[in-house]
Amino acid sequence: MAVEKMALAKAINESLRHALEADPKVLIMGEDVGKLGGVFRVTDGLQKDFGESRVIDTPLAESGIVGTAIGLALRGYRPVVEIQFDGFVFPAYDQIVTQLAKMHARALGTVRMPIVIRIPYGGGIGAVEHHSESPEALFAHVAGLKVVSPSNASDAYWMMRQAVRSDDPVIFFEPKRRYWDKADVDTEAVPGPLHKADVVREGSDLTLAAYGPMVKLCQEVAAAAGEEGRSLEVLDLRSISPIDFDTVQASVEKTGRLVVVHEAPVFFGSGAEIAARITERCFYHLEAPVLRVGGYHAPYPPARLEEEYLPDLDRVLDAVDRSLAY
Amino acid sequence: MTVESTAARKPRRSAGSKAGTTTGTKRATRKSAPRGEGEPIQLLTPEGKRVKNAEYDTYVEDVTPEDLRGLYRDMVLTRRFDAEATSLQRQGELGLWASLLGQEAAQIGSGRATREDDHVFPTYREHGVAWCRGVDPAKLLGMFRGVNNGGWDPNGNNFQLYTIVIGSQTLHATGYAMGVAMDGADSAVIAYFGDGASSQGDVSEAFNFAAVYNAPVVFFCQNNQWAISESNEKQTRVPLYQRAQGFGFPGVRVDGNDVLATLAVSRWALERARHGDGPSLIEAYTYRMGAHTTSDDPSRYRHDDERAAWEAKDPILRLRRHLEATHHADDAFFEELESESEALGKRVREAVRSMPDPDRHAIFENVYADGHALVDEERAQFAAYQASFADAEGV
Repeated sequence: MAVEKMALAKAINESLRHALEADPKVLIMGEDVGKLGGVFRVTDGLQKDFGESRVIDTPLAESGIVGTAIGLALRGYRPVVEIQFDGFVFPAYDQIVTQLAKMHARALGTVRMPIVIRIPYGGGIGAVEHHSESPEALFAHVAGLKVVSPSNASDAYWMMRQAVRSDDPVIFFEPKRRYWDKADVDTEAVPGPLHKADVVREGSDLTLAAYGPMVKLCQEVAAAAGEEGRSLEVLDLRSISPIDFDTVQASVEKTGRLVVVHEAPVFFGSGAEIAARITERCFYHLEAPVLRVGGYHAPYPPARLEEEYLPDLDRVLDAVDRSLAY
Repeated sequence: MTVESTAARKPRRSAGSKAGTTTGTKRATRKSAPRGEGEPIQLLTPEGKRVKNAEYDTYVEDVTPEDLRGLYRDMVLTRRFDAEATSLQRQGELGLWASLLGQEAAQIGSGRATREDDHVFPTYREHGVAWCRGVDPAKLLGMFRGVNNGGWDPNGNNFQLYTIVIGSQTLHATGYAMGVAMDGADSAVIAYFGDGASSQGDVSEAFNFAAVYNAPVVFFCQNNQWAISESNEKQTRVPLYQRAQGFGFPGVRVDGNDVLATLAVSRWALERARHGDGPSLIEAYTYRMGAHTTSDDPSRYRHDDERAAWEAKDPILRLRRHLEATHHADDAFFEELESESEALGKRVREAVRSMPDPDRHAIFENVYADGHALVDEERAQFAAYQASFADAEGV
């Protein structure tokens, strides 16, 4: 056992350090990832230890970062690129969607795209415009990409290790408001599959499904509901493409109720997909319609209003009440 | 600085480690950028007369009469292949075709300058370059027939897949070249794009990444004057080769209808890349004689007399005049090539018509390398749905 308590950001740093040590083809690329160690210090110290040709400070050009990473992957490298903030990924969206996602299929399987795109995402840190968005559904909709989001330090460590090893492109959404949350990380554990959901709290009355930054909130909701005598089960989906529907289905067959929670706008969001699939799979087990709690169909608001926009304890509890009222 | 500080600045092994596809021999590389600004570099006039060029003659001094006949053969066969594909589209055998008519010299000259271990990143019109790389012409037709979206192993001939989204591949080429430099290899990378692509942000980002990391990449712009219906003046206010200067590497304009000049300039740029001197830009000044694609109608945006003026500068006719004037080719050569062209057309026609439609289950193949639960689920649903018809037929 090699258990160490570390913050989520540090866990990713350790995971990347392991990847750089284990495979000389792994590269880190992005804006400010070298000397500065990234604006969140996730890559802190890596350039110092692995050199400027392994941890590459790039020009300020997101399409260029992803486009050259594709070329490096074609050459046999395994780039892990950082997009500095969620709202800055869109200049690279073309390269990710039209090129990265399709290259393996277009080449009839003869080339692979082992690229990880790290995106600090989500709100709750009082940032300015374009620094708090949750665009995961835009990527999950694209075949050829895998989309994941850890909620805690242990998953951050292991999911990054698995993402770097994956021969498919992985969009790795990091919950920036949880970067400083600490947890035990066992660096010698045997992790489950990258796409497997976790039951993080067992319950019998209702299932809360979340990922990334909302898992901690849902655990708090379950604790609060528990004080009122309600038994809520909490699922950490961990992976958004694919989604582990089997675990969600098993939970809903037990509880009969499902509330999906995410920060992204509800409209056309991942909650809509989960609601539709679970309705198909569990129609006769459901005691209530699948409800969703998330952002509104509006631009992410200025920081002074984000508490109104983001799901919080009361909004999720309200959805729980509505579900249980059926 | 990253790549530059590790590998690219080191004098790398000199050219010639592998047998090339080129007719070239070793030459001393030149550190400085050759002149050639303003008037395009030209070694053969439209009348086929060889003109001297102190800067570039050294790059083609080894070219023998047999090599010249080879370049001519390449251009003729490429044009024949292209014409056959255009006809096949008209006959409904292909969904679309992007003709290279008029651009044979730019493609054959640059393609023959590449070495076997060089890497080519094409757009969707580089049929002549593919020919030089040894890619089976029939392979190029799969995506235009609609049986795949690419269809060949990019590593088989170091010829990457055709790229439809304009300019994307220039970044892939640059990243690949950064990898070549990191590997300490001495191969070069060449990225093809058009005048329209020069307006895309990706191309500017590729120029900048290539310059910053001193990547061994040649940017080969075929300025064929038209981006579908939009002329050069809608793309740029400065001559395209001059763009390079702002990024910190040399740019040269070459007569893109002069196969010898294109060969020479491409050899200069590729050798520069191989020797660790970084990127360069070649603007091959040429003309797309046909439509942008078979879905296009050039009569709506350009005059016939413009095409007539460029036909007088036809790349194939030019080399034929030279071969005839110098007696480097006789009637038998041209006659033999004519029958070879017809055989190629026939072979391509038969290959397209006998190309099988993909298996319907191919929809789900190679979406992911490591698998994906949703794809597995939908594949199974699709298979069950298809099987339900078989059951019904069986009853």
